[in-house]
Amino acid sequence: MNHHGINVTRACEGPNCGLCCTRIENLGVTIGSDTILSDVNLHVHCGELTAIIGPNGAGKSTLLKAILGEVRHTGSLKFLRSSGVRKERPIIGYVPQHLNLDATSPTSVLDLYAVCCSKSPAWLRIPDKVRHKAKECLSRAQADHLLDKRLGALSGGELQRVLVALALEPVPELLLLDEPVSGIDQNGLEMFYNLLSDIKKDYDLSIIMVSHDLDLVARHADRLVLLNRTVLASGTPREVMASESFRKIFAGMS
Amino acid sequence: MIAMELWYNLVDLLPFEWAEPGRMLFMKNALLAIILLAPIFGTLGTMIVNNQMAFFSDALGHGAFTGIVIGGLAGFLQPMWSAVAFSLVFSVGISVVHHKTRMSSDTIIGVFSSFAVAAGIFLATLGGKSFAKLNSYLVGSILSITPSEIGIIAVILVLVLIYWYFFFNRLLFASINPVLARSRGVRTFWLETLFSMAIAVLVTVSMSWIGLLVINSFLVLPAAAARNLARNQRQYHLIAVAISLFSGVSGLIASYYTETASGATIVLITAVIFLLTLLARRRSA
Repeated sequence: MNHHGINVTRACEGPNCGLCCTRIENLGVTIGSDTILSDVNLHVHCGELTAIIGPNGAGKSTLLKAILGEVRHTGSLKFLRSSGVRKERPIIGYVPQHLNLDATSPTSVLDLYAVCCSKSPAWLRIPDKVRHKAKECLSRAQADHLLDKRLGALSGGELQRVLVALALEPVPELLLLDEPVSGIDQNGLEMFYNLLSDIKKDYDLSIIMVSHDLDLVARHADRLVLLNRTVLASGTPREVMASESFRKIFAGMS
Repeated sequence: MIAMELWYNLVDLLPFEWAEPGRMLFMKNALLAIILLAPIFGTLGTMIVNNQMAFFSDALGHGAFTGIVIGGLAGFLQPMWSAVAFSLVFSVGISVVHHKTRMSSDTIIGVFSSFAVAAGIFLATLGGKSFAKLNSYLVGSILSITPSEIGIIAVILVLVLIYWYFFFNRLLFASINPVLARSRGVRTFWLETLFSMAIAVLVTVSMSWIGLLVINSFLVLPAAAARNLARNQRQYHLIAVAISLFSGVSGLIASYYTETASGATIVLITAVIFLLTLLARRRSA
C-alpha cells in the first residue's frame, strides 16, 4: 500500500527494479535532408526523473518519438534489466503533449479510458465493471472525480492528470512525458510535478520528460539533459545549470 | 419476400393516403430503405466529424461518381460493382498519398476530388454523348429502390454494426491521439484506410438513391447536430441516429406532398435541426 491507500503493482520484482536502465547510444534522426538529432548518448536510470530541456526546435519531442518507435533512427536503444538480460521493448507509458480534440468533442474521460484500456465499445453502455476499473485507474493521479466530464471541459492540469493515470495502466517500465508548453497554471504544474515524484517513488520506474519549466525542473528532476540536436550537457540539475552550454542557451532567462 | 409483405402490412396501418393497402409500393419501399440507411449514415458520420473528414468523404462521393461512369462505359453487367471497386482504389489512393507526402490533407483531397469529377464528366461525354442520363446520380431517387436493393442495405447495416462493435474504440483512440494509440499497439494506418474504404462503399452504393450532390450531408449533418448536444459517445451516437431517422422519415414523407427530390428534402430538415441544436448549445453554454 502506498500513501494514497491504493494497491500498487510494481514493475519491479525484488528489491531492484525490473528495468534497470535505458541506454541510448549514438542515436540520430534525419528526416529528408534535415538532421534533427545526431550522436545522442543517454543513460536513464530507474527510479529517477530525467528531464530533457533545450531551446525550441532542439529535437526534444523527436527524441521521445524515436524512443517510442514513431520516427526512424540510427544508433541503438537498449533497455537493460537488472538481471542483465536485454529486453528489446519494455512496457512504455506515454503522456502526449495534447490531444487532437476540439473543445466541443462529445468524448468523456470514461470514453477515453474505454478506448485506451478496454475492449468495451464506447458507443454502447459501458459495463459497471469497466467503469469501476476506470475510477480506480484515475484515482492513481487523483483524477477519479473527472470520470464523467467531457475531455474538452477539463483544465490543462486536469487533462494532464488523466493522461498520466492512463499511462500507468498497465504499469509501465518506462514513462515518457511531453509536458505541455501552455494551458497549465503554475499551481497545476506544481501539482503535476508532485504527482510525478509520488509515481517515481511508488512504482520505481524510469521517467523521461520533456520540460519547458526550468524552475520546476531544477527542483524536481533527478537528472537534467540539455539537448540541442545533440546532448550538450547532462547530470544533476546543479551540474547542468552551471555548465557553459546552459548559460549560452538560456542567457537572460531565470 | 415475406419480410416485405410484413412491412407492407405494417405500413398499411399508417394514416397516409399512400399507405393504403396495395397502393404506392415504391413509397413503402423507400420508407423501409430510409429507416435502414439512417442508422448507417448516423453511426459512420460520428467518426467523419470526429476526424474532420467532411471534405474527405465528399471527395469519396466524387470518386464513386467516376466509378459509376467507368462502370457504365465499360459495359460491365453490374456497373455498381465496378464503381465500388474504383471507389475503393480511389479511397486507398488518397490515404496512401496523404501518408507518403506530408502535404496538408485538404490540398491532396482537393486534387483527387477535382480529378475524379473531371475524369467522370470527360468519360461520360466522350464522343459527343449526352450527360443527361447521369443526372439521376446527381440528384438521386430513393423512390426507385427495389426490394432486393433493400436487402443489400439490410446486409450493409448488419456489417456496419459488427464493424463498429470491433473497430470503433481503436478508431476513436487513433482520432484522439495517433501517437498514443500507436504506442499501445493500434495500427492506425490500416485502421483509417479500412474506415475510408467502408465510407467509399457506402457512398457508392447509396449514390443512386440519395444523390451525389447531397450524400455527404447525410454523413456529416446528423453527427454535427448531435455534437451540439451530446456529452459522451453513447449520447453522441444515440442522438445522431435519432436525428438521422427523424429527418429521413419526415423528409421522405414531406417530399411526397411537396413533390420534391427526397434526398434534398431530408437534408433540408437535417440542416434545420442542426441550426436548432446550435441555438440550444449557445443557450446552455
